[in-house]
Amino acid sequence: MSQASTEIVRISGHAGSVPGAGLNREFTVCKLVDTTTCIGCKACEVACLEWNGYTFTETSFNNSYQTMPETAWNYWNLIKFNEYENEDGNLMLLMRKDQCMHCADPGCLAACPADSAIVQYANGIVDFQEEHCIGCGYCMTGCPFNIPKFSPTARKVFKCTLCNDRVSQGLEPACIKTCPTGCLHFGTKTEMKELAETRAAQLRDNSGYRNAGVYDPSGVGGTHVIYVLHDATNPEAYGGLPKNPQVPLMVRLWKNPLKWIGNIGILFGVVGVFVHYLRYGPKVVKEDEKHGGTA
Amino acid sequence: MIRGKYLLPNGRVLRYSFHERMIHWTAAVSYLYLLLSGLAFWSPWLYWIAIVLGGGTVAREMHGWFGLLFSIAVLLMYGMWAKQMRETPADERWWAQIGHYIRNEDDKMPPADRFNPGQKLLFWGFFVNGLLLLLTGLVLWFPQYIPWNLRILRLASVFLHPVFALMTIALFIIHVYMGTAMERGAFGSVIRGDVSRAWADHHHHSWFQQVLREEESPAKTSGD
Repeated sequence: MSQASTEIVRISGHAGSVPGAGLNREFTVCKLVDTTTCIGCKACEVACLEWNGYTFTETSFNNSYQTMPETAWNYWNLIKFNEYENEDGNLMLLMRKDQCMHCADPGCLAACPADSAIVQYANGIVDFQEEHCIGCGYCMTGCPFNIPKFSPTARKVFKCTLCNDRVSQGLEPACIKTCPTGCLHFGTKTEMKELAETRAAQLRDNSGYRNAGVYDPSGVGGTHVIYVLHDATNPEAYGGLPKNPQVPLMVRLWKNPLKWIGNIGILFGVVGVFVHYLRYGPKVVKEDEKHGGTA
Repeated sequence: MIRGKYLLPNGRVLRYSFHERMIHWTAAVSYLYLLLSGLAFWSPWLYWIAIVLGGGTVAREMHGWFGLLFSIAVLLMYGMWAKQMRETPADERWWAQIGHYIRNEDDKMPPADRFNPGQKLLFWGFFVNGLLLLLTGLVLWFPQYIPWNLRILRLASVFLHPVFALMTIALFIIHVYMGTAMERGAFGSVIRGDVSRAWADHHHHSWFQQVLREEESPAKTSGD
């Protein structure tokens, strides 16, 4: 394991108690993005690049503040901007920080065929281990959020790590650290969920956002990045956040019935021809006079 | 006294020309790599095969290139064999008697042409599934070029590529068994190219009789 974000339970050859063991600490981390207080400053984009050691790449302009159309293999954190006219006819500039959602039921991990290339830690972080990645890109197909991206130079796939290297050392992710408005929060899943619900209720009761709510999609078992949205009934307006994301049916069918049907079929075939040989043997052609022997 | 394309001076019969054997083994070797690397990605229990084939990254990359080679070989096979692989009304009678063939009661089988209906099924099975594997394989090879709104192509390919591969594996198991263990003399025919006259008469009676008619009659000097 390349990152040590696991709690130690036992230590070999160690006299005395295990430091930290038995602490009843909830170990599930969560990032809360409050889209209602984001100002689109992109400090999180910069912090992400700096911490992870990527340089600025070419940006594109498409009549929007958005840096580029979607996240890239070396640009894991992107604020998606959308000019949106709500049902009251008011124009809203929606801003949503897009990154890996760290699903509890990750589609990338389900689709990945390479041993140890994707791991899910007990704290909820889903991390790619690039040294084991074979660059097949199945994770890109398995992800319902369009997050893993292929690097043509490395020929491997990269994505947000939820700053696993920082979190394992007790630090908050780089994007959280830098956010100037406090729209980004980091803590345990329970705490963040509570805070998000409180904020959503506040928006509903005091700010007139009747449909304000929390985005923590159950289709992927919940996520370790959750959003507060002004209108939780229309997540698509926030730069294409899927309404009901799920591990794709095709990936599930491939991994579950097809794999077993295939394995049984192959086994049946191999055993079948072997049994045929035992029962009937080979077709041997007798070399007779008529044909003048074998020569 | 005997001269021709198929009847060899040493008294044996040419079953597969050098050209046919080369294409067959190009397809065979590339298919073997595709099968082994494919199985490595199919199940974690078989992932060790990828290590043997040069590591996961190499196996993933080479799977595509061997896939192209295999596709080319299959297309060449189509070019040289498609005509002889055409189904005929007599094939149905052959299939109706398949039980005799399985029980090695070959004397009760209708006579076969150059390729018997089982071989035709193998050919068309590999041709059709090979083509489908190429199409779905190209999508899987370059998923980064399939835009997000055409994701359905990637999802379909992830599921269908192994489905088509399983079809070919079924054919492959039967083909290898019959070509090596079951039909003595068949493996030699695809290595050295020739079979005995008795073998040709037994397994491909109609074809052998036609060869005899064309090449043994002194009137005809078959040029082709």
